[in-house]
Amino acid sequence: MWRDAALVGAKDLRIEYRSRVATTQVAPYAVLVLVLFGFAFDQNHTLLSKVAAGLFWVAVLLSSLLTVQRSCAIESADGARDALRLSGLDPAGIFLGKTLAIMAQLFVLELVLGIGVVVLFGIELRDPALLFCSCVAATVGLAAAGTLYGMIASGLKVRETLLPLLVLPVVAPVLLGATQTWMAALGTASAGTDGWKWLSLVGGFAVIYVAAGTLAFSILVEES
Amino acid sequence: MNSNFPEGGLKIRPENRAVVASSKSWRGSPTGDRVTLTLGVCALATAALTTWLGLFVTPPDQVQGQLVRLIYVHPAVATMCYAGFVLCALASLAYLWPRTRSRRWDRLAVAAAEVGVVFCVLTLVTGSIWGRPTWGVWWTWDPRLTLTALLCAVFIGYLALRRTGGDPDALAKRSAVVAVICVVLVPIDHEATTWWASLHQTSTLFRANPLIHGEQLYTMLLSFVAFGLGFAWLVMHRYRLEVLEDRFGEEGYGLAIKERRAEGGRRVGTQPVSHQGEIAT
Repeated sequence: MWRDAALVGAKDLRIEYRSRVATTQVAPYAVLVLVLFGFAFDQNHTLLSKVAAGLFWVAVLLSSLLTVQRSCAIESADGARDALRLSGLDPAGIFLGKTLAIMAQLFVLELVLGIGVVVLFGIELRDPALLFCSCVAATVGLAAAGTLYGMIASGLKVRETLLPLLVLPVVAPVLLGATQTWMAALGTASAGTDGWKWLSLVGGFAVIYVAAGTLAFSILVEES
Repeated sequence: MNSNFPEGGLKIRPENRAVVASSKSWRGSPTGDRVTLTLGVCALATAALTTWLGLFVTPPDQVQGQLVRLIYVHPAVATMCYAGFVLCALASLAYLWPRTRSRRWDRLAVAAAEVGVVFCVLTLVTGSIWGRPTWGVWWTWDPRLTLTALLCAVFIGYLALRRTGGDPDALAKRSAVVAVICVVLVPIDHEATTWWASLHQTSTLFRANPLIHGEQLYTMLLSFVAFGLGFAWLVMHRYRLEVLEDRFGEEGYGLAIKERRAEGGRRVGTQPVSHQGEIAT
């Protein structure tokens, strides 16, 4: 399973490296979202630094949709999905591989956006351990849920519009938990907010979706 | 054409009417029979009794006054919303299990989800109406409220997925996976008031020592029966509508060809010719 996951993950990353979609389209889009938030809040630095955590995660969420759509698009083009099915790879391995590839891209994206919020919104990073752990947990959750729903919507004529409708409410707990964790780490949370407690919500979500995806992917890959 | 199909009542798309009218098993309502009729009458009767008890017999609350009468609507509606989603997930599990796989479970899943979403919207609306005079706001970002809104959103997504068309078996499998994953929110939503500090009150009824007694308790229990019967009535009708949709998918094309030929026959002044045997497509 893990060997298959490594194969699929490496394949997806190789395609991304060659096509440069992640670096020339998704990352600039994410930074653009941050800049637009800056315009919307009228360059009010006090307010921006207060809500920076939420804006960061909304930007990650919106950009992750593009990454997921891209990850599904490479499978639906030229009958690649049938080829993947006929390849004899373990469906759980395919799921984990695609999740890992999306995770790698999201980590880079979060790094770019992290620098973006520090520079544009003027925040100070106080608790690096909490920030890092929340990024890992949220990325696993977003990537797993995104891969699972991406597969559910793949092959449908209306997948571009359906995917956000399916994914956004489902990953709302990640947005909520990760934002609260970041606010606790940046010192902008209301008194008594325990960042590590919120982190456990995000971690729990990630575990549930990795497990659900690993179990359900065989049904989705073999169905049509 | 379709002269035995009554106007009003359940709305059937014009293109589906041929299938409905050709059915000999349903008289009058295309999705009704004696069971649903009895169920519907019982639901109306218990709802009327609940209304009378709730509005005129039971006393107002010491703290909330007349507002407490919403307790005969809101909890029952919310429970039916949960029931719809849980039923949808159970039917989806039965569909996913190879030994029990059948179109019946898929039809039940879509029927239960759709009715569940209706009750979920009603839960949010009645809760909002209750929240405005008691909390002073129509909406607040409380764990229970937020989770209920999320539950509504994920099942609206489920219904959107169901409308995408394509291969029915593939769609049924995808939808079943979504339903089984999304139903995880139901127990979290139910326990939200005990797990987190919530503005929403904890359970009134489902506890060792219920918080209400006497006629208020009986009226509240009756409201559960009334909405439960209404829920079952809606699910049964919606299930049968799904059966009709399936039949339309299987037979509609052949019937459409038959009708067109009959029209052509009339136009040139000749009698319609029987085209039996050409229906199988």
